[in-house]
Amino acid sequence: MEALLTAAFLSSLLTGAIVAGIPLLLAGLGEQMSEKAGVLNIGIEGMMIFGAYLGFLTAWSTESIWLGFLGGMAGGMIVAALMALLCVRLGLNQIVIGIGLTLGAEGLTSLLHHFQFSRTYPRLPAPLRLDLPILTDLPVIGPSLFGRHPMVYLALIGVIILAWAYRRTNLGLTLRAAGEKPAALDVAGGHVVLIRTAAVLFTGAMAGLGGAYMANVAAGLFIPFMTGGAGFIGIVLAMLARGRPVWVLIGALIFGAALSLTTALQVAGSNVPTDVIQMLPFAAVMLVLVIWGRKARLPAALGLSYERGAR
Amino acid sequence: MRDLARTSLVPLPAKGVEAVGLVSVTKRFPGVVAVDDVSLGIRSGEVHVLLGENGAGKSTIVGMLAGLQLPDEGHLTVNGVPVRLASPVESLAAGINTVFQHVMLVPTLTVFENLVLGDAWWHRPPRALIEARIAELQRDFGLRVPLDAITGDLSLGEQQQIEIARALLRESHVLILDEATSMLTPQGADELGERMRRLAERGLAVVFITHKLSEAYRFGDRISVLKQGRFAGEIGPDALAAMAEKDAVDEMVQLMFGSSDTGLASAARQSRPRGACSLKVSGLSTQGGVEEMALSDISLEVFAGEILGVAGIDGNGQKQMAEAIAGQRPVTAGTVELESRNVTQESVGKRRELGLRYLTDDRLMEGSVGLFAVSENTVLKEIGAPPFWSYGFEKPARIAAHARDLIQRFSVRTPGEATPIGHLSGGNIQKVLLGRELSGAAKVVVFNKPTYGLDMQNIAASRQRIRDIAEGGMAVLLISTDLDELLELADRIAVMDRGRICGVLDNDATQPAEMRTAIGRLMVGEAPAEVDA
Repeated sequence: MEALLTAAFLSSLLTGAIVAGIPLLLAGLGEQMSEKAGVLNIGIEGMMIFGAYLGFLTAWSTESIWLGFLGGMAGGMIVAALMALLCVRLGLNQIVIGIGLTLGAEGLTSLLHHFQFSRTYPRLPAPLRLDLPILTDLPVIGPSLFGRHPMVYLALIGVIILAWAYRRTNLGLTLRAAGEKPAALDVAGGHVVLIRTAAVLFTGAMAGLGGAYMANVAAGLFIPFMTGGAGFIGIVLAMLARGRPVWVLIGALIFGAALSLTTALQVAGSNVPTDVIQMLPFAAVMLVLVIWGRKARLPAALGLSYERGAR
Repeated sequence: MRDLARTSLVPLPAKGVEAVGLVSVTKRFPGVVAVDDVSLGIRSGEVHVLLGENGAGKSTIVGMLAGLQLPDEGHLTVNGVPVRLASPVESLAAGINTVFQHVMLVPTLTVFENLVLGDAWWHRPPRALIEARIAELQRDFGLRVPLDAITGDLSLGEQQQIEIARALLRESHVLILDEATSMLTPQGADELGERMRRLAERGLAVVFITHKLSEAYRFGDRISVLKQGRFAGEIGPDALAAMAEKDAVDEMVQLMFGSSDTGLASAARQSRPRGACSLKVSGLSTQGGVEEMALSDISLEVFAGEILGVAGIDGNGQKQMAEAIAGQRPVTAGTVELESRNVTQESVGKRRELGLRYLTDDRLMEGSVGLFAVSENTVLKEIGAPPFWSYGFEKPARIAAHARDLIQRFSVRTPGEATPIGHLSGGNIQKVLLGRELSGAAKVVVFNKPTYGLDMQNIAASRQRIRDIAEGGMAVLLISTDLDELLELADRIAVMDRGRICGVLDNDATQPAEMRTAIGRLMVGEAPAEVDA
């Protein structure tokens, strides 16, 4: 047990929590906006993998990681636009379409990757790090917290901006009304379809960005199915966070830590089988759902399409 | 909502000028002509009542004015100019505000947030301006608007005031109130009438939609009557002012039904000597929830051959009480006795077997399976039991024969017993459910809002049936939000308020006005009247 508390172990756990937590955070923040607006966005896993694929491809061909992030956002938004068209405008079942989009995106990206690279997995150059002087030199937490890619800090700023927007602008209000009672928003002069479409596209952008982060920063390469359920964890995070971005952040770090235990335990020289360790994040999801899930209050109109005049 | 920042009401058109009009408007829905070639003029400074039965087309007209539906033929005008109101935004921009039958506020938001809902998304109007204007509305119209309360915590009457306040915060020329008194106490309805009067004096055109004749007379300047989607006639302001209430009601009934006999005017029941106590509820309590009223210490007795009415504003625990008696809801304390047998621990099925029947108010969701045939719905509560099932196998011929018999006895209008019950009208579904509940040895029947949402003919028929059931020696517990119904049918009337029985009165058919006042007081939790239980 003492071996687990070494500086190396803690440092790699913290690093892992952040590296694995950032895509979860981005996905969770995106999903949160969809859910607020009343769209249960199951397609987010597909948006992530498509973002990862397109993000990687853009970064690999332009040799710019920043263009890669833009490509990732675009990739997520392509899938999201389909979701918005089918579920928000045409009112089709969100769960069926979401599952379909996820499976479709996973299959399509594997196929496209195979066509272009066959069985090779080209690597990107090591990503840029923002080394903050002095802070980086702190023991244990220094390199983990302060020597990360700029996207980490952008994501944290995103948490603050979203928290502010939900509280202080009519955006949060409009979203909540669209998710709780869309008919009330409609007769009050709001635009239900517009706000829901915007929310789904935002989800796509955030999920795509999360996928691109996984491919371009965390892994440095694209592997088919590499998101491995991160989008689904994002859905859980959004549901447990009760509409507050800060809770998505806390949840993302906890799940990120669970995901990164594999590496950390290997660093610590533990002999627990990796299969068991890789199961941990999902066991953690179930544990958290059992403990807190009963109290999570979801929007009343979540998952229901809105049609004017229908009663 | 761009105009929240204004500090006073906009100048309105002169009184008596047409603010909004319908010109030969027709609206069809699959299988129904909801509105058929109707022309109407809504004038500023008037309270214009649209009167009609369920299905007369009132709500469809509201829908078109509010921008929820477009007319198939004809058009609307605003200030004499033809317009096309394709969305609520366009309707609001034309100065038309609607308070819908069902509250259109988001329950989880605060009142302030509901007031600013619909404004541009990137900012929020300054609160001080809203506060100033709300204070003004409070002064002028007596509207109570607690800005920081969570909307869902307020009563329906309070929520309605917020909707009216929201309409007035906007640049409103026309205010439509759709069945606005259905959720209010008698006192609340009178307050609303007074408020409409003051708004009309300010120059607003107020459209008040109702099916209650006395409200139409008391609150309206002009009454337009709709009948099966058509314009049936109008009583103008001068004629109305010259009429006494009785004459006006006769005139309205004449327009609505083509004869002055509503079929509802039958004399109140005579109290008769009681039989044995069939249903005894003592100290019944249940657990409440976020949207559910808890019951506390409910005690009542219903005797054979008696109708015990339960009055109260909707949502004060009536449904919970009915479910607790029927066994559909766990109780935390108290007992339910059926003919001196304690059934508190018995299941729904056992209670039914012992003769306790419950007719839910939720005919489609809880009472029937819409996709199933009428025949299957008649035996829904006896699945697996002989003679309709034998050794686990369904006997369709027996079920069909049973259903045909029921259809005939209760004169259910249906193409056949194999028709899905969801295709029937509310009145006919109600008949099927009643037939189902009365089959076998029924002893106590609990009705929850049995005539809610039915048209006049079916209401009259249902009431007659309830009367017949009591005459036949069964005990009836009749829960209703329609006071007239209780005054007409019940021997005694219990009043529920916030999950308790706050009084039981003997129904005195000779003094309906006094009864009404006494019950109304109890409903809003005022001074307890003489209690007899």
